[in-house]
Amino acid sequence: MQSNTSNIQKSAREDRYQHHDYYGIDELLSEEHLLAREATRQWVKSEVSPIIEAYADRAECPTHLFKGLAEIGAYGPSLPAKYGCGGMDEIAYGIIMSELERGDSGIRSMASVQGSLVMYPIYKYGSEEQRMKYLPKLASGELIGCFGLTEPDYGSNPSDMITNIKDDGDAYILNGAKMWITNSPVADIAVVWAKDEAGIIRGLIVERGMKGFTAPEIHGKWSLRASITGELVFEDVRVPKSNLLPNVQGLKGPLGCLSKARYGIAWGAIGAALDCYDSALRYSQERIQFGKPIGGFQLTQKKLAEMITEITKAQLLAWRLGTLANNGKATPAQISMAKRNNVHMALEIAREARQIHGGMGITNEYPVMRHMMNLETVLTYEGTHDIHLLITGMDVTGFNAFK
Amino acid sequence: MKILVCVSKTPDTTAKISFNADNTEFQSAGVQYIMNPYDEWYALVRALELKETLGGTVTLINVGTADDEQVIRKGLAIGGDDAVRIDAAPKSALFVAKQISAHAKSAGYDLIMLGKETIDYNGSEVGAMVAEYMDMPYVSYATKLDIAGSTATLMRDIEGGEEEIEVDLPFVLSAAKGMAEQRIPNMRGIMMAKSKPIQVIPAVPFEDLSVVTSYELPKAKSGVKLVQPENMDELVRLLHEEAKVI
Ligand SMILES: Cc1cc2nc3c(=O)[nH]c(=O)nc-3n(C[C@H](O)[C@H](O)[C@H](O)COP(=O)(O)OP(=O)(O)OC[C@H]3O[C@@H](n4cnc5c(N)ncnc54)[C@H](O)[C@@H]3O)c2cc1C
Repeated sequence: MQSNTSNIQKSAREDRYQHHDYYGIDELLSEEHLLAREATRQWVKSEVSPIIEAYADRAECPTHLFKGLAEIGAYGPSLPAKYGCGGMDEIAYGIIMSELERGDSGIRSMASVQGSLVMYPIYKYGSEEQRMKYLPKLASGELIGCFGLTEPDYGSNPSDMITNIKDDGDAYILNGAKMWITNSPVADIAVVWAKDEAGIIRGLIVERGMKGFTAPEIHGKWSLRASITGELVFEDVRVPKSNLLPNVQGLKGPLGCLSKARYGIAWGAIGAALDCYDSALRYSQERIQFGKPIGGFQLTQKKLAEMITEITKAQLLAWRLGTLANNGKATPAQISMAKRNNVHMALEIAREARQIHGGMGITNEYPVMRHMMNLETVLTYEGTHDIHLLITGMDVTGFNAFK
Repeated sequence: MKILVCVSKTPDTTAKISFNADNTEFQSAGVQYIMNPYDEWYALVRALELKETLGGTVTLINVGTADDEQVIRKGLAIGGDDAVRIDAAPKSALFVAKQISAHAKSAGYDLIMLGKETIDYNGSEVGAMVAEYMDMPYVSYATKLDIAGSTATLMRDIEGGEEEIEVDLPFVLSAAKGMAEQRIPNMRGIMMAKSKPIQVIPAVPFEDLSVVTSYELPKAKSGVKLVQPENMDELVRLLHEEAKVI
């Protein structure tokens, strides 16, 4: 990706966000966590906040930020330094996602797709040659990737996918279509999940320019408007066998990546919630009605008090999940619980915060409505709100209620 | 080039400022701290740029307690090579200058850089005091710095204009806006900073010459008063009796 920042118009409106840590959770964090947060926040305040409303308004992806995200190290921060990544722990990764989503869920999506859904599978399931070939360039933003699992007819139920590969000597012939793919129209490579002739799900790295491969953009989104979304269409695409991810077979391949990305979303959503709370709190102290700040009325206080209570619970959930993840102990079901809880919490807070802002809350003078619209996607992608509930349900009862 | 950059910790610009009951101490509970922006964005970043073109090392120095290590670590993450922390609360500008010079005296730095002021106390004193203790030339409010051989060329802000200065190394300078652009540390830098050394040394004994007797917040700004254009007498009265400017 080429970055061209010279003609970017920045709004002069100041991002006055301040962190909220009601339970002193910062004391549970290390110096490197706090620095990662400060650096990401600084970047968001200087690069994202001044432009995000305009890009979301135009439903345009600020593609110049792909490079900036690489420069701060937001792509695969917890992958090893050997591949050009940060070598940090899972809590640092979560904190970075939270700070990015404090700016915008679409910007966080740009980074979580690249890091968790493209770099992670190549790292985890790829050969050493594939790692060396792709990871440093993905970490530096020289290559942008996307992840193709969802299909037009198979969303919550990816195991019935119809995208498929057939053996053809030194290559596979890939056919099918993927839908709702973040970054796809601008991506240089796609990690695509397809069934082989035995019906087993395999992962492949498909490169832009391969004959028969196109990635048209999906228009008309009212959510995640600053993130670009598209399709992946494969018509007899010859993919060299060396592009197959050798070390995984079956649905656990894509699910392993999704666990990683959902983990990041569980943290990310807290950022969106904090931004809404921060804005609502300040507004409630400044806006005067009936002769006093609206924050002085009990009904406003109820909203704000419940918001910070829910945020604090979500922060603790994320921190504990991060601690488990650092020890390699976070289960997919535990990640589901945190994703579901925290995203829903953020969406509820966005709605309440919108009310506190009154009529101003529906405008792009404040970030709240944008967060609220974004969170509708976040509630659905990476496993819908209800699907995650079924995962918890299955985990605690032992019964599968999916089918 | 061996450069020393002085960095200090200040409350974040969005922090709420308050004092203890008898107004003798700043209340630090709940305050978020940052590296003083003039130290970070201007002095440190320009020092790193010089190191990148001329070679050498950039050492950070901080007079502060263990709480300050996060700020020091950030400086190392941005690119400093190592750091010295003088383990003492920074009681006054003179105290800080004394401590910095006590370390710098025998260390042979070619250049000592700091921000033109801290954004909390806005004293603008430490630089001049360090220069005096070190017996070195001092250039304040510098906005541009280039070095060729053992000579530095600087621009500095003066009232209503700019001044160009040439000075021989070693010297002390305080940096103002324009000297460099903000650099945000990246994740690899943050990880690398973990293994960079911070040498902690005790403060040298020093008798301070001043004590703070009390702090006070500025009066809340009163609202704007609108006076109709035809009501000149009222305007004159307000300027005379309330604003007390005529
Ligand atoms: C902006 C955006 C970006 C996206 N990016 C990507 C990407 O990069 N890569 C990718 O692969 N995918 C991506 N997705 C796709 C996303 O993961 C899917 O939309 C999601 O998995 C849901 O699938 P679906 O939309 O087909 O809904 P469906 O699966 O059709 O679900 C519709 C509704 O039915 C419910 N439902 C389904 N099955 C059950 C059941 N068994 N019991 C009870 N309720 C059920 C769901 O909870 C949901 O409420 C993206 C989506 C969006 C909107």
